[in-house]
Amino acid sequence: MRILTKWLRAYLPGLPVDDAQLAEDLTLRGIAVEGIYALGEGNGSLYEMDITTNRVDAMNHYGVAREAAAIYGLTLPELTFALPKPRPCGQPFTVRIEAQDACGRFTARVLRDVTIGESRDWFVGAEVSTYFALLEQKKISNAVDATNFAWLGMGQPTHVFDLDKLEGGIVVRRARKGERLKTLDGVDRVLDADDLVVADHKKAVGLAGVMGGWDTMITPETKNVLVEAAWFDPVAVRQTARRHGLHTDASHRFERGADISAAPVASALVSAILLANGGRIEGELVDARVAAIEERTARRKPVALELSEVHRILGTTIDEEGITAASVENVLTALGCELKAEPAERAGLAELGKRGAAWQVTLPSWRLDLEREIDLVEEVARVYGYNRFANTLPEFGEGVRALPWAEKEATVRSTLLAAGFHEAIGGTFCSAAEGALTAPQPALVVPLGNPLSEEAGVLRPSLVPGMLAMIAGNLNRDVSDVRLFELGTVFSGAFSNGVGDKVDERPALALGAVGALPEESALHTGRAVDFFDVKGVVEQVISRFEMRGMYFDRFPLDAGLTPEWLHPYRAARVAADGVTVGWFGQLHPREAAARKIREAVLVAELYLDRLYKLPLRRPIAREISRYQPVRRDFSLVLDASIQWETIDRAMAALQIPELAEWRVREVFRDARMGAGDYALLLGATFQAPDRTLREEELQAFQTRVKDAVTKIGARLRV
Amino acid sequence: MNFPPGHPARDTQDTLVVANQERRPLRDRLLLRTHTSPVQMRTMEQQPPPVRIVIPGKVHRNDAADATHSPIFHQVEGLCVDRNITFSDLKGTLDHAMKALFGSAVKTRFFPSFFPFTEPSADVQISCIFCGGKGCRKCKQSGWIELLGCGMVDPAVFAFAQEKQPAYDPKKISGFAFGMGVERIAMMKYGISEMGSLFAGDMRFLGQFV
Repeated sequence: MRILTKWLRAYLPGLPVDDAQLAEDLTLRGIAVEGIYALGEGNGSLYEMDITTNRVDAMNHYGVAREAAAIYGLTLPELTFALPKPRPCGQPFTVRIEAQDACGRFTARVLRDVTIGESRDWFVGAEVSTYFALLEQKKISNAVDATNFAWLGMGQPTHVFDLDKLEGGIVVRRARKGERLKTLDGVDRVLDADDLVVADHKKAVGLAGVMGGWDTMITPETKNVLVEAAWFDPVAVRQTARRHGLHTDASHRFERGADISAAPVASALVSAILLANGGRIEGELVDARVAAIEERTARRKPVALELSEVHRILGTTIDEEGITAASVENVLTALGCELKAEPAERAGLAELGKRGAAWQVTLPSWRLDLEREIDLVEEVARVYGYNRFANTLPEFGEGVRALPWAEKEATVRSTLLAAGFHEAIGGTFCSAAEGALTAPQPALVVPLGNPLSEEAGVLRPSLVPGMLAMIAGNLNRDVSDVRLFELGTVFSGAFSNGVGDKVDERPALALGAVGALPEESALHTGRAVDFFDVKGVVEQVISRFEMRGMYFDRFPLDAGLTPEWLHPYRAARVAADGVTVGWFGQLHPREAAARKIREAVLVAELYLDRLYKLPLRRPIAREISRYQPVRRDFSLVLDASIQWETIDRAMAALQIPELAEWRVREVFRDARMGAGDYALLLGATFQAPDRTLREEELQAFQTRVKDAVTKIGARLRV
Repeated sequence: MNFPPGHPARDTQDTLVVANQERRPLRDRLLLRTHTSPVQMRTMEQQPPPVRIVIPGKVHRNDAADATHSPIFHQVEGLCVDRNITFSDLKGTLDHAMKALFGSAVKTRFFPSFFPFTEPSADVQISCIFCGGKGCRKCKQSGWIELLGCGMVDPAVFAFAQEKQPAYDPKKISGFAFGMGVERIAMMKYGISEMGSLFAGDMRFLGQFV
């Protein structure tokens, strides 16, 4: 919206500030000036304004002038336009409001013998030519320009009809189904039975509050004019405009609430401009009104406002005096409210002393956005100035409580960052095909009703599709070493239009790695990241949680248990306390090929909702023994089917307190050992917290270890 | 959050919805939240005042991606409800938060704005972090950068909460709420020109923040 300061100053000659200061002062009060353009000597400035939709009343020159008057404590003169005495007429023009729910007021004025011509500056307060030139508003004819002038000046839509094209008086009614109307934009429209129209006795002549009709428009030959200024209901106008795909200045205003009291004023302005070029008024202004609508616009019940409520909501001002009863009265009166003070003796007010004041506030007809006490509190704050309030802090008694899983999530994140992975955020959606591939339960993939694209057709059931997309993105850009993780939620649900349908959203973790590890440099030769690297990272994450045990296992190809996105032989399940908490391994070559990836991609996905059920591991320190540790090595020959995990469990099962630690020292494979066999050097360290171990104790421990490993099928090498 | 029925913000055109729900009542149909504000109401329905929460969350819009838009982004929202919570408390809290985010030299200023769920409502600007407020290309010579929206919780919002928690009596308690876009702040703070870089997982981009 564009505003001329020249026009503002015509309303408010006493404005005490320059255009730049005025712009700043208005902006700080919510009447935002986005740009200021100087228009040359004597022409003031043009403001480009951005006013929030609740303030339609200020989207015109008089409305902005009212705000300026409130800021500087000026008196804004009321708008009046003197008209010549009307000639009497035998048959007064008739207006009938049939749609009483949707039209609150309809004024009509008959002008005869007017001359349609070019606009000029007609009189003080009607500088059509000057203002239109500065606004770059196209001039059309004195009649149309008059309605535009009233629109730009006071924000009231009006309309002018060629009176001779009207057949009988005006009826405001709902359209008849199938009724036709050619609107001013030249479009022939078939009307809906719910459309609100302005009609004569025969036909619709305009879409009420939206656009006039073609057949009754002003032409150079027009001699007699009917000036319409009305008030239409916001919802009725919005629906009509929407049905016809129209958005006009008039519909914009009516949809957000016009000023029912402004209709006769705007009518007078339009008429005065037209009559300045000749012609006469016939008959008095016809003013049809609907009382029920006036009750909720022009004659609303007063709203109670208390000064204590102003203080309760707004708090401390920088200025010590703060917001007084007088400042409330000044602000609201300037905005057009009428305040009636409650007697100071009224219960509750007296004990508040100077801070005790209360009013019954009558609201102006142009501010339909004001309805409640809080609306008035806001007006006081706004005009007083937001930045004149102090910066205080609320009292705060309690500590901060984080979400129950916040610490766990932070632990997982820091573990992965420390392991050299970058955190990334991938898409929330994936294609139906990717969903089916990666969902733990493909039947529970949740489709979107209005997806952005086919590739984003479903809510992700897994973080794997997003991870693969990010890895492929890096590889496509020749970034060959990738280590990423994502913490996000995944979705599942049975969605078949049932009443109890719901979507589950659970936290998950995906990590992906491809390329060299560590990154190759002059000091380090890189090697390709492999299955065991990812296993190690997964193990690090899992071991941050307290559990009796974790293990990794894999399933035969035909078991159908390994996720389809994983390589059938290079994949493992992760179990913590016997519960599956995730999967990892190499991406299935078929999936890699489908994504044009040649490198081996390693991916893991962990179900964090399951992991988060476990407490975080809290290390407890124990005394470090001052006594000599003793190491004993055991050289084992094992069948290929016996894994380290089995030995490890057997060692743990011994429960020898003095067995401080055990690990694999060496692995040795040789064809001469026997088909499929391998050798393993198991190192065990014994140490007691309170004494040096004696030889016979050690002998006994050794025997127990030997028995335990023999039991699981190991042969001791001598 | 107090948007009247028929308000354009209730349009589904910006909202992504879950499929196959035609038979469910409109109110129960599931969608991807377009802002984090619903958490405010959910929290108030579940517990009486006082409430002081920070709500970080992912939101989704049916928006085509460009340099400054993404169908996925994040918001951080705050809500503080108690006896004697005032507009000056809102100002002080956000001034403190902005100083914590951008350094103690940063100033804030507040403008009247309009949101259906707050009243009075405000937009918050911070002094330009690039030029210190002198005026530069980044702040369009104004010295200020608009960063977030906030306001005092509208009594109508408390009235909704009161249906489940009678203690939210708008005559006795008051509160403030604020919300900001995480990506916008990150883009400004770190000089990121494409919002999409935040969701691409490019190692070269992410490596800059180690």
